[in-house]
Parts: sequence; structure tokens; C-alpha cells
Amino acid sequence: MSVLALKLSLPRRMPSVIPGFGPTLGFTLAYLSLIVLLPLAALVIKAAGTTLEQWGAILSDSRVLSALGLSFGGALAAALINTVFGLLVAWVLVRYPFPGRRLVDAVIDLPFALPTAVAGIALTALYAPNGWLGRLLEPLGVKVAFTPLGVVVAMVFIGLPFVVRTVEPVLHDVDLELEEAAASLGAGRVQTFLRVILPAILPSLLTGFSLALARAVGEYGSVIFIAGNLPGVSEIAPLLIVTKLEQYDYVGATAIATVMLGISFTLLLAVNLLQKWRRARMGG
Amino acid sequence: MIEVEHISKRFGSFAALDQVSLKVAQGKLVALLGPSGSGKTTLLRILAGLEQPDEGRVRLGGVDATGLGTRDRKVGFVFQHYALFRHMTVAENIAFGLKVRKGADRPPVAAINQKVHSLLELVQLEGLAGRYPSQLSGGQRQRVALARALAVEPRLLLLDEPFGALDAQVRKDLRRWLRHLHDEMGLTGVFVTHDQEEALEVADEVVVMNKGRIEQIGTPAEIYDSPATPFVYRFLGSVNALPCRVAGGQAQVGGLHIGEGRADGPGTAFIRPHDVEVLELSPDLPQARVSQVVVLGPVVRAELELAGGITVEAELSREAKDRLGLRRGLEVSVFLRKARVFVGENV
Repeated sequence: MSVLALKLSLPRRMPSVIPGFGPTLGFTLAYLSLIVLLPLAALVIKAAGTTLEQWGAILSDSRVLSALGLSFGGALAAALINTVFGLLVAWVLVRYPFPGRRLVDAVIDLPFALPTAVAGIALTALYAPNGWLGRLLEPLGVKVAFTPLGVVVAMVFIGLPFVVRTVEPVLHDVDLELEEAAASLGAGRVQTFLRVILPAILPSLLTGFSLALARAVGEYGSVIFIAGNLPGVSEIAPLLIVTKLEQYDYVGATAIATVMLGISFTLLLAVNLLQKWRRARMGG
Repeated sequence: MIEVEHISKRFGSFAALDQVSLKVAQGKLVALLGPSGSGKTTLLRILAGLEQPDEGRVRLGGVDATGLGTRDRKVGFVFQHYALFRHMTVAENIAFGLKVRKGADRPPVAAINQKVHSLLELVQLEGLAGRYPSQLSGGQRQRVALARALAVEPRLLLLDEPFGALDAQVRKDLRRWLRHLHDEMGLTGVFVTHDQEEALEVADEVVVMNKGRIEQIGTPAEIYDSPATPFVYRFLGSVNALPCRVAGGQAQVGGLHIGEGRADGPGTAFIRPHDVEVLELSPDLPQARVSQVVVLGPVVRAELELAGGITVEAELSREAKDRLGLRRGLEVSVFLRKARVFVGENV
């Protein structure tokens, strides 16, 4: 009798499909350490051997600064462009059935699958002064290939699927009834979009933005073909790192890499904090 | 005053509404009742301007509103699944319709707050202004949706299966509450339901729909007591539908005379279970054998087998059951208080 009472008073463990919290957390941490944290730690340790003077020299180098500026500035611009137009593409794909929709849907993923060098060569051929589009833009005074603008174009190309694919499923779940409710309450189209639909998809839009941003910051292959890589003008930070490595300047390369790591981490953290703030405001 | 004239609406090859005409008087609460696919929701959406009819006119307050969009109709619409804005608090949801007004039409902030406050009081959710919809129960959400629709002071309130997603007890409370609210505010209202009890309890007038047509319009009592068609008989309440023959104006079921028919031929006799009176065995009345007795709370349902193997369901009180000593196999007499005969095949 007392045994039964004791048994009943014990809190029951909820049975779970995946074996216990202990083993799974342990595995997760070990895996993350091996795949992500260890290489990054090696980078930081390597950079820690750099003296203050060396840091100062590297970070005051105008070529390094402009490369970092182009990498992050270009990536931010590209991510913003992708956020706007990615939303538009996702909207059209979700809301309107039209002939060839499946085909368009498949085309979205091409930048994912294409080797980045191929994308770079194709874009360069298109935007070079004698290319199909370059030839038309040249008389207008717009130069794309071998300029910072070219860098942004390549970054937009590779980042688009991230926004479309994160927004699409969420947009799909936005009930048409919400729009009807807004209309019955007297809201116009713009008001309905800004006050009802946009807030509902904002989290996914932010996630898509940060993914596109991260991808653009890390992009190398497609950018170096179209950029022309003029030091101080159209040279991106990852290329500068490679250049420095080829010159056996390991200290310089690690220093730039560490700075990139720091900025990227800060940016992603900022986006996450923004999401958290938004969630707190919405009450879950 | 709402007037609907000869409305038709097709979705592909499916006729959702077929020449439907309807008038709703000012201040009445009307139920559109029917099975799924009967066109009741389509009719409601056409009234709201969420759907445009292929043919026919809609007049609201004497003015033709046929081509008008939802925005310009000044109707309040309450959705079955509430359609609350998840990223807004209860108060923000209710204020939405006032906040989106432009220029001089938009009331000052203090007036909006005042309005929200009084609406929250009306729907009895005073303390929950700052909550988000995800933190509310189903019944509370539905009341927020109602307050939001009322905030714009619509001339017509439309409700699509307003209590369909709620559990039985909440549903019961909420529909009584809606009835009181309607009596207080005197608003014209139309609601869609497939629940006959809901329609009969809440509405001033019930419109029974089937296959895109209106079968009958009437007060709940009229609809229940004198159904106009076999469909209404079958759809409202339980009924015995007995195949019969009409000859010389007299309907016969298995040799038993049950009522009058207008024309001769095969037909169906409809008898409500509570119109089947079970009596002690008497030589003057038709006999039956009790084949099943089920006690359902205050009432007792009995299955009676008439001569010729025809089964009739009867509903009687607990007292009547005890008095008769009703049990399976007992021989009793049956008196049909009221029967209605429809002549024709497949009615």
C-alpha cells in the first residue's frame, strides 16, 4: 500500500521519442564543437598571437578597411534588395496560380545549386562593357562589371533564394480571412498590407534577410569574377585574405578573418535580438 | 432592411446559389440554416461583399450595393475562426477599424480609447485589453472578434458559423449572450449555422437552405411546427418518414390510416416522434409492439413495430413510460396526433 502511494507521488517522466536530454545535449555540444567552434577557436588563437602594433598596422591599412567596407556594405545592400524583391517573388508564387509557376519555382533554387564560379562567369559575361546588358548600360554611364555595383549584383544573385524560401511557407499560412477581416473593417490595400500582412511575416522576412546577408558576406566565387578586384575599389575582404595567404602573410590574413568573424557574429546577434524583442512585444 | 433579389452564384459547374431572394427587416436577427454545401455561407459572403453574385441585386437600406466592395458596405463580419490579428493586443484589434480611417473620419485617440473601453465592457472582457489573441480562450476570442466588428458601428452584422469552433457549454452561453446583445443594440444581424438548435434558439427568423435554394422562411415555431417541404422536415428535429400510399385522398401506411393527401399515388408521411402517442392496448386503435426503449435523461425514446413491419419512433415522458410499464416486447396501442403527407416519389 505504502509502496503504491510512494509510486503515485513521484513525478512521472514524460516519455519522449528521442532518448533523454543528457545524451542529446552532449552529442549536440560535441558535434557543434568539432564542426563549428574548433575551427573558429583555432582562428582566434592564431590571431591572439598577433601583437598590438601588427593589429594597428593591419586595421589602419586603407586597402583592408575598404575591402571590409565593401564586403559588409555590399552584403547589407544586397540583403536589403533581396528582402524587398524576394518578398515580391514569394508573394506571386504563393498567391497567384499561373502557367509555368512550377518552373519559376524551380528557377528560384538555381543560385543554390550553381557552382558560384559559373554564376560569376555568367554575370561577368552579361555585364561586361561588351556583354548583352553591359552594352546597353554603358551609354547610360552605368558600369556594373569590375565596380562595387558588380559586387552587389553578384551578392543579390546568390542571396535571393534564402529570402524567397523562408518567406514562402509563412506567407502560405497567412489566412485570406485576415485580409477579408481588414477589408470589412474599412482598411485599404496598403493599410492591410502594412498593418496586417507584413507584421505576420516579419519574423520570416528577418530570418531571410540575415541568411541572405550571411551568405553575401561569405560569398567568394561569383564575386571575384565580376568585381575586377581593384585594390581599394572593388576588392572584397575574403579575396584580400586569400591574397595575403598567397603572399605567406598569415598574420594579416588571420587578423582580417578575425575581424570579419567578429562583425558577422555581431550582425547575426543583432538580428536575433531584434527577433527576440519582437516576440516579447507580441507575447509569443 | 436588406433585400436580396434573384441572386445566383456558380463556382465552376457547381451552382452555389440559384435564384435566391430574401428580405430581412430592420432590427431582426436572422439565421441561415442548412447543411454544408447549401449555399448559406456564399449568401452571407455576398451580403458582405466578399463575393460578387453572377446575377441578381443586393440592396442595403434601400440602396443598391451590388457592385460595392466590402470596404464600402459598412457591414461587420465575424469569421468562424475569428480572424483576429495575432500581432495586436485585444484593444488594438478592436481599435483597428477606427484607426485605419483617414483624415477627418478618424476619431481622436481619446475617443478611440473610450470606444474600445465601452466595447470591452459590452463583451465582458474588461481586464484583457492588453492580452494577445494567443492568450485567450476560444469564447473570449470570438467575443473580441464581435467587439472588433461592432467598433465600426456597422449597419448590418454578419456572422459566419459564429460558435462552430467552440465546445458545447461555451457555445450555449455565448448564443444566449448574443441574443441579449442583439436585443439591447437592436442591430440587424444575419448568421450562418448548420446547428438547428442554435438557429431556433437565437434567431427571430430562420431561412432554411438546401442545394443553393431557400426551402422555407419563417419564425422558429413556424419552421418547426409546419415545415413546408420534406427537406425541412428531415433537417429540423427527428422525424419518422414512412412510405405510404394515397388513395381517394386518404394516406395509408401498412393498412393504417394516418392522414390526408392532396393527390393520389405513392408518397411519404412525416410524423414527429413526440406526435406519436403510446397508449395502453385498446381494441379501437392500431396496435404495435415495443422493440426498443432508450432513456435519454428526461425523455424516453421508444421504437414501435406496427403491423406490416413498419417501425415508428416515439418520444414520451418518463412518467408516461412508468405509467405504461414500457419495456421491450410489450403490446401497446398507437395514436398519431399529427402527420403530414407529401405525395410523390423520392420525397
